[in-house]
Amino acid sequence: MDIKVNVRKSAGDAYVVELAGEIDVYTSPKVKDAITELIDQGHYNLVINLEKVRYIDSTGLGVLIGGLKRVREHGGSVNLVCTNPQIKKIFDITGLVKIFGIFDDEPSAMKALV
Amino acid sequence: MNEPASLSTIEDSAFVELRIPPKAEWAAVARLTVAAVASRLDFSLDEIDDIKLAVAEACTHAIGRSNGDHPVELIFEAQPDSIIVTVRDFSTSPHLESVADELDENHVGGLGLFIIQSLMDDVDFHVDAGTGGELTMAKRVGGTF
Repeated sequence: MDIKVNVRKSAGDAYVVELAGEIDVYTSPKVKDAITELIDQGHYNLVINLEKVRYIDSTGLGVLIGGLKRVREHGGSVNLVCTNPQIKKIFDITGLVKIFGIFDDEPSAMKALV
Repeated sequence: MNEPASLSTIEDSAFVELRIPPKAEWAAVARLTVAAVASRLDFSLDEIDDIKLAVAEACTHAIGRSNGDHPVELIFEAQPDSIIVTVRDFSTSPHLESVADELDENHVGGLGLFIIQSLMDDVDFHVDAGTGGELTMAKRVGGTF
């Protein structure tokens, strides 16, 4: 069980954090480190691509919520890319669909950044 | 080789027990195990995913409660039309004593328990001063969610 994290610069000041694998209590610190590093460097507009994520639990959601809180303090935003029905269901039942912008593809998520 | 008999044709319950170290890297073993047990029943793939997530959340909760000092014990009871999972942490550390209390706290642990309650049909959590925390959850085949 592992998570692969790929960070790349996109248009303007935006960065894409592409995740692949499973985000659970064991792997979520790696995701948190990547997001924290970007924010510490002053990048507050992020797209987190969950297209290749097969599983996420509350610790993973906690990392995403923490990242969103931090970038919003600086007027930034976090949009998600997700089409996996099982992953989207978790955002639905927790009400996080109302907090995150969730998009079907990366260009749409990028375009919707503040 | 013959196919294994489906539990839907077996009248008695089948029990599977698992004890894992209270470390984050072992949570995946618990969710893979429950997926294997649940696949013996007539759950859909979506229902099995729900059960996996609920058990993983319970393990995360138990690991957090144990502070690394106590193992986490899981008992999977496969009945013909449902699965009952009990997760024990053996931690007697003072802590919130019910699911409702945890939900009131509005922290990640509370989010995990909220997910469990959303995905499973019945959930109960209590702490005994002598034996620690015990979370029991059940899901019926073709249940409510």
